[in-house]
Amino acid sequence: MIVVLSRSMTILLLLKVFFCFSAVSHSQITRLYSRFHSLDKGENGALSREDFQRIPELAINPLGDRIINAFFPEGEDQVNFRGFMRTLAHFRPVEDNEKNKDPNSGEPLNSRNNKLLFAFRLYDLDRDDKISRDELLQVLRMMVGVNISDEQLGSIADRTIQEADTNGDMSISFSEFIKVLEKVDVEQKMSIRFLH
Amino acid sequence: MGLLESPFNSLLCMLLGISFTVWFTLLLVFIVVPAIFGLSFGIRTLYMKVLLKVFEWATLRIERGAKEKKHLLYKPNTNGIIAKKPTSLEEELKEIRRNGSGRDLDGSSPTFAVSDIFYFCRRGVESIVDDEVTKRFTAEELESWNLLTRSNYNFQHISARLTALWGLGLLIRYCCLLPLRLTLAITGVTLLVVFTTIIGFLPNGRMKNFLSEKVHLMCYRICVRALTAIITYHHSENKPKNGGICVANHTSPIDVIILASDGCYAMVGQTHGGLMGIIQRSMVKACPHIWFERSEIKDRHLVAKRLSDHVEDKNKLPILIFPEGTCINNTSVMMFKKGSFEIASTIYPVAIKYDPRFGEAFWNSSKFGMVSYLLRMMSSWAIVCSVWYLPPMSRQEGEDAVQFANRVKAAIARQGGLVDLLWDGGLKRSKVKDTFKEEQQKLYSKILWDHNSSP
Repeated sequence: MIVVLSRSMTILLLLKVFFCFSAVSHSQITRLYSRFHSLDKGENGALSREDFQRIPELAINPLGDRIINAFFPEGEDQVNFRGFMRTLAHFRPVEDNEKNKDPNSGEPLNSRNNKLLFAFRLYDLDRDDKISRDELLQVLRMMVGVNISDEQLGSIADRTIQEADTNGDMSISFSEFIKVLEKVDVEQKMSIRFLH
Repeated sequence: MGLLESPFNSLLCMLLGISFTVWFTLLLVFIVVPAIFGLSFGIRTLYMKVLLKVFEWATLRIERGAKEKKHLLYKPNTNGIIAKKPTSLEEELKEIRRNGSGRDLDGSSPTFAVSDIFYFCRRGVESIVDDEVTKRFTAEELESWNLLTRSNYNFQHISARLTALWGLGLLIRYCCLLPLRLTLAITGVTLLVVFTTIIGFLPNGRMKNFLSEKVHLMCYRICVRALTAIITYHHSENKPKNGGICVANHTSPIDVIILASDGCYAMVGQTHGGLMGIIQRSMVKACPHIWFERSEIKDRHLVAKRLSDHVEDKNKLPILIFPEGTCINNTSVMMFKKGSFEIASTIYPVAIKYDPRFGEAFWNSSKFGMVSYLLRMMSSWAIVCSVWYLPPMSRQEGEDAVQFANRVKAAIARQGGLVDLLWDGGLKRSKVKDTFKEEQQKLYSKILWDHNSSP
């Protein structure tokens, strides 16, 4: 554990300076590093998809594979601690931003917009910034398993696109997505609060 | 040359002879004799009290030092590191949908909202940050330091005195305690093998059972002293009786020694080769234990038959079983395998809780082999634990084996102050079954059809 902590000191410095994690406390980063280290069975400083799938509660989550995918950038199979923290930063509660109002830091990762973008990307399988009918069907199929027939699932998808689509291209763009969810308390539903 | 050598040699021999005799007498008086009669001089309890005082001082020193140097202390997460709301899928989805679309639910077709994904997403990421299962397979983190390098998170040379104390502790543990404990362990095991083999020659009868009991107890008690285990037994009136099955939560192979030094049990297990095999074969000569060949274990009916046969014979000792099937880190109790609960007999639950401040008893079998584990045990300060004998339980009318197993598990968890989990301990090595994911999908599908009567 001593070795683990001293490595984290260097990482902390890097993170604080370059990636505006200054609002995340020292103990939170240390805890997350400890968690990262315990998931990293291969001890090579990076997590693979298998490392995530070893978490039983994630493996039984119907959207487990999509969530795991969100951690890995396009075409990569390994995520390091920086990438791990970057993805988790989307789930920081929004009030934390009040402490550090830095005008030059740009939009923080845990803004309402970025949280919605995270959810949008869960639906958008081919990363083309549009949710097509096919993609919606596939995600729905993941969530319901074998319990609903193809026709019914198809009609659900059609209805959903009909309601959300404003420009008539039979797919949901990000701005249409935001419009559909404007009344939902995204900040609360997509936030994880640390105990200390 | 010869003249100079022989007085030196004889002096050496004399010294060796004297030290052996002294050593042996001390061993006999302080350890073997009390072990035979089940008495105690109270030396170990005194030792424990002294250690506690030292740990308290060390913790205060670290905290003070950290404050002076303005370091932040790493506080371990005993209750989880994030706040998790225990709301169910249904409740949360209803809440999100109520706030989101003001749309009326017409009830004639499944209702889906784009926002449904938030629930699964957040739960998934929460489990990535902190989940209930994977942390049970590594040693528990301590709140205060106990001067062992292996459980150290905060020690960064706070003061010379602390370092000196740690160094002294290291010296004591490895140079004094470890050799002593090793000697005792070897003595205990040797005596067990020798005496049980001798008793094996006696004809079956009351004398044999009586002697076998005494021998087993004596040898296990010597082993308990070899580990410097300080055990407190509660509710001994509920001790398991003949014809019953004793079930306990499993943290390490030492659990067997702890329970067997207070009562006689018939052990159940796989036959091994080597030293374990020798011990097993000699034990079974003195009184009937149940050892299975590796191939027989797969056959569940055979296992159940042998166990029931043993249990029906009221002359035979109660069986000791660990239904979790694997070692868990003593912060929780995981799923009990239903095999032993299908046999018709009384179950005597036992809860074992270790105090991790004196030595981490959990065997992380993926990290340490048996030998290095035992060495770590023998070089920690002590093994302190509490054993509670719970009142006997039997299967009730209309209760199946799984429900009965869960009832027993809940009682053990409650008594030992452990978290009661439904997850299978086998997840240490294997992947979770797909049926659980299918259950989640089914649950969600039901919600989509919430206002509809037919699927």
